[in-house]
Amino acid sequence: MKKIGIIDYGMGNLHSVKNALDFIGADSFVSDDVNELSQADGLILPGVGAFPDAMARLSETGLDKFIREYVKTKPLIGICLGMQLLFDKSYEFRECEGLGLIGGEVVKIEETGLKVPHMGWNELSVVNPSPITSTLKTGDQVYFVHSYKAIVKDRADLVAVTDYGSEVTAIVARGNVYGCQFHPEKSETVGLNILRNFWSLIQ
Amino acid sequence: MLSKRIIPCLDVKDGRVVKGVNFVGLRDAGDPVESAKFYNSQGADELVFLDITASSDKRKTIVDVVERTAREVFMPFTVGGGIRTVEDFREMLLAGADKVAVNSSAVLNKQIIADAADKFGSQCVVLAIDAKRCEDGHFTVYINGGRKDMGIDAIEWAIEAEKLGAGEILLTSMDTDGTKNGFDIELTKAVAERVNIPVIASGGGGNVTHFSDVFEKAGADAALAASLFHFRELSVREVKEHLKSRNIPVRLT
Repeated sequence: MKKIGIIDYGMGNLHSVKNALDFIGADSFVSDDVNELSQADGLILPGVGAFPDAMARLSETGLDKFIREYVKTKPLIGICLGMQLLFDKSYEFRECEGLGLIGGEVVKIEETGLKVPHMGWNELSVVNPSPITSTLKTGDQVYFVHSYKAIVKDRADLVAVTDYGSEVTAIVARGNVYGCQFHPEKSETVGLNILRNFWSLIQ
Repeated sequence: MLSKRIIPCLDVKDGRVVKGVNFVGLRDAGDPVESAKFYNSQGADELVFLDITASSDKRKTIVDVVERTAREVFMPFTVGGGIRTVEDFREMLLAGADKVAVNSSAVLNKQIIADAADKFGSQCVVLAIDAKRCEDGHFTVYINGGRKDMGIDAIEWAIEAEKLGAGEILLTSMDTDGTKNGFDIELTKAVAERVNIPVIASGGGGNVTHFSDVFEKAGADAALAASLFHFRELSVREVKEHLKSRNIPVRLT
């Protein structure tokens, strides 16, 4: 039986992700233990909070090195802050290095006349189709909550974008590494289908 | 384009929806989870549970409601009512709420906004404001379910709350609440223009035009209604179809 490991590094609500996986019938477990997580067939890196705190937690626990090794052979999807952590670096509070799995950086959303955080349902446009977006149509809406956005270095890594004053990275993929800026676990059918696609990917 | 949100509010007492009405297809009108699923099927963008449980020994009932909802409904939801401490925030978030609304307790102790934002992030801190016009035309903040005028300027309070770390304002006009004569455009506009966080307009929605008005004339980010949706006078879908016809961005499922 395949299993998804949800990485617990003390950042944010892991229960929503676990609830969504239970609902779609995907077997999963929550763990902060590298040995346990290495047994998973796919990993989810969730996360709500600040980038520097999250990176500090990942490096204290050795999860950063573990993740870099893991994705050489098996898939991982980062959600919200978890997606931002996949990038080279972020400027949230201060310049801080990320996991460096996807080229690019994370910068503050600054759009004249638009509110920050970018909070609510927004439309996706598919740029480069990916296995995790096989069910997705341009125009489908998903739930975002974020004040920083990722800028990809190589547009080939960009799967889908949304528009909030300017283009905002919504889904990225590079090899075994996937990321969603929005919350698939809070985006009803459209989001649950993305999690189902990730589950299919590891079968 | 970011969609304008339509948010049904459920008043929950002792774990049951207040004034439960038997909708078609609803097995148990008094079950908040059933109502949440019903609104979800109508295309609601978020939900608010307002806990009006009076007795403290029954306050745990809302935690059960939140836990059960989080297992079956996969859209964001907010819990408010009786939140007094950072520990109350933690309990609701752990149960599965995405956001927690504070009202009276934040007026009496501003620090709770800063502390909760610091611990859990601004995105989950909703400041609920009950405001009422006074004779000189200003809006003042009321607490304790609208029973006590604190004499604080509502617009200044919203601005201060943003600085303290609130991520969203749930703004209820006591003048329009329950009238079904339309949202309070003047109040909503005054707040929406002065803060850089989303504003949810509440109180007075009675027909589809009231909803388009609060988005077009007041610049609200979301609109909330309770009894209007609860008694099926309007469906979330009807509201959204009207908004779409007015070229207001919405999510139609």
